[in-house]
Amino acid sequence: MVNYAINKITLRQRLREYKKKPISFLLLLIVGLAALFSATALVFIIIYIIIMGVPHLTPDLFALKYNSDNVSCMPAIINTLIITVLTLIISVPFGIGSAIYLVEYAKRGNKFVKVIRTMAETLSGIPSIVYGLFGMLFFVTALHWRISLLAGAFTLAIMVLPTIMRTTEEALITVPDSYREGSFGLGAGKLRTIIKIILPSAMPGILAGIILAVGRIAGETAALLYTSGSATGTVSSIMDSGRTLAIHMYVLANEGLHTDQAWGTAVVLLILVLVINTLSAFIAKKLSSKN
Amino acid sequence: MRLNRIKEMAMQGVFLLTAITSIAAVVLICIFLFYNGVPAITEIGFLNFVGGQKWAPTNVPASYGILNMIIGSIYVTAGAVVVGVPIGVLTAVFLARFCPAPLYKVLKPATELLAGIPSIVYGFFGLMVIVPFIREHFGGGSSLLAASFVLGIMILPTIIGVSESAIRAVPESYYEGALALGATRERSVFKAILPASKSGILAGVVLGTGRAIGETMAVILIAGNQVQIPSSLTDGVRTLTANIVLEMGYSTGLHRQALIATGVVLFVFILIITLSMQAIKSRSEKYG
Amino acid sequence: MDKFTIKNMNLYYGDFHALKNVELNMQEKRITAFIGPSGCGKSTLLKSLNRMNDLVEGCKITGDIKLNGEDIYGSMDVNILRKRVGMVFQKANPFPMSVYDNIAFGPRTHGIKNKRELDRIVEETLRDAAIWDELKDRLKKSALGLSGGQQQRLCIARALAVKPEVLLMDEATSALDPVSTGKIEELCLRLKDKYTIIMVTHNMQQALRISDKTAFFLLGEMIEYNDTDLIFSSPQDKRTEEYITGRFG
Repeated sequence: MVNYAINKITLRQRLREYKKKPISFLLLLIVGLAALFSATALVFIIIYIIIMGVPHLTPDLFALKYNSDNVSCMPAIINTLIITVLTLIISVPFGIGSAIYLVEYAKRGNKFVKVIRTMAETLSGIPSIVYGLFGMLFFVTALHWRISLLAGAFTLAIMVLPTIMRTTEEALITVPDSYREGSFGLGAGKLRTIIKIILPSAMPGILAGIILAVGRIAGETAALLYTSGSATGTVSSIMDSGRTLAIHMYVLANEGLHTDQAWGTAVVLLILVLVINTLSAFIAKKLSSKN
Repeated sequence: MRLNRIKEMAMQGVFLLTAITSIAAVVLICIFLFYNGVPAITEIGFLNFVGGQKWAPTNVPASYGILNMIIGSIYVTAGAVVVGVPIGVLTAVFLARFCPAPLYKVLKPATELLAGIPSIVYGFFGLMVIVPFIREHFGGGSSLLAASFVLGIMILPTIIGVSESAIRAVPESYYEGALALGATRERSVFKAILPASKSGILAGVVLGTGRAIGETMAVILIAGNQVQIPSSLTDGVRTLTANIVLEMGYSTGLHRQALIATGVVLFVFILIITLSMQAIKSRSEKYG
Repeated sequence: MDKFTIKNMNLYYGDFHALKNVELNMQEKRITAFIGPSGCGKSTLLKSLNRMNDLVEGCKITGDIKLNGEDIYGSMDVNILRKRVGMVFQKANPFPMSVYDNIAFGPRTHGIKNKRELDRIVEETLRDAAIWDELKDRLKKSALGLSGGQQQRLCIARALAVKPEVLLMDEATSALDPVSTGKIEELCLRLKDKYTIIMVTHNMQQALRISDKTAFFLLGEMIEYNDTDLIFSSPQDKRTEEYITGRFG
């Protein structure tokens, strides 16, 4: 008696089965082709931009000064950094604060919570150009901040608020109740429990969300065009207008005069955003494998 | 002890206040958009505005009809759906049901990374690669076709993500039930699992539609931006979003207000999409 | 005549030896019941008979399983096998579509497209499953709106619609109330004129009430297999006796 597995399906058996059911085979084929297309689209875009752009990553592209002969992207990189930090300073406390309220304070099934969730969902559905319009009308015009990094940062802060809120909420929910009970059991108050126990253990998830928001900020164009504007050069104060890297990219692409530099800038922007996104996914994954 | 209690109460209040920001933000956005946009609509006349085919804000007298842009947005969005939905849903089916585990570890992050590419990069890529390709092979260049194709790729990650979780949420017993009747793997997936996940997939499609209709920077670089109702796929087209960005920089007076009103129309479209999205969601929660 | 013959069959889930040297012949147009405590391998054996175990990662089977003398793990098309050997699951799993479409799913799968033919099959199988009178006015309604017992009988009808030779029932009544259970037991007794039924049950009274043959399993081994009344009246093995008298399990 030979002791071999009889329930292994060999490739040949499968092929024979598909021969009898050609439609099933066709379905498998188109499903596989669709997935192949999706993956190819990503790889093609990234590789194409890298191949076209890397040769143009000259030292001139990173010169500290911008002028019309050398459209350096360095000032734009610095502006992007400033606007990212500003946006996070504004949005992170609000995002984390609302998530804490929703998860730790609000009662389950509360009507108010439902309203907040609906609003956050509405916010995340609003296109960036509408944020741009609002920022222009409210921060730039109504508050008289003029076109400035600050106006851009506030506009972006509202835009990334739902992202930070949602990821923080998810991170807080995964903190086991036993942590809370343990802390309350030692006589710690709610506030102390949240600050000392819950936030630290939810930190990686919150961080992943913040990094995701950074990725959105760095890649954003439409919301900034009429709030922080497209002035060249490095700003001297946050009340100045200054273009971010993505806006710089848009202006170059739109003018069509500096195609080489545009390719170079595209590489910088693409790599920057992809690294940020991968980092966020990596942290989130590490977190989920730890639990 | 007393002090502690006050501190607790105060912080709870602070957290509550931060939670209210999202409500405040939505309310503020609505107020400012409508306050600045609606007067223009009344001045131009609602029907002249959304039904007018002539957009000539610098003419004397000026005309402010955005029908062409509304139709442009609808066309481009429909085109993106035609490209993105079949590929996205089928990719989701592959990821959820047919993908070998080692491949999944590569493919899944790849589809997510697609969402991370900034729209301006998509637009630039479209401008430098897709548009010349179309010009060479079909004529035209910057066109409805270019915009549909690039937007179709841009909405892929949304559709893939939502559809995949919808497919994964279907109880395995449906699959087993179909197999036990002698159906092939593929038939079981397409005839038993997909019908059961259709409301989730629909939610993904709606979400993708919202992204496509609101997309600005990619479209502006590749759609041609001519104010016209395109008569063929290779004709140029201007969307609502493009209209705002293209002219806001130099507009004044009623022209500027008309652009903000264009934003209001776009915003109403998005609100309708968000509402139907929530309706689908609560429906699928109710009926499994 | 023997419908299924199992020889020297072993089944592993990875390193776990779930079924050990099973030898079993099951007769045509009879009801055979598998009993035993949870985890004894009875459901696993049942799922090997229509190759549903193929879905389980790391499942390995050795030995011989034949249906009418044909090796079901050999050159037989697995989809044809599953058409010939129908299955009813522990939890009723009607598809989220209409009653009609549920029944028609199998015939359509196997190439029947003609509407009149489908109408005929739907009516016939629903009558066969003794549920026609209850459902004839709601054929177009969603099957998810039926009661638990009706859903399970619908699933039996769905399995019958592809004209199987054998019907596997995996604790098909364990989630149902006594009245629904009674209806399904009655149905089984009527169906055995036409079909071979093999059932896994937790409920020894059920095995005693409706089965012709009973096999008792313990820790992956088949301990005893005999006519049902003999198993329950004079078990040969001490472990069988202990189980049926309720000393464990």
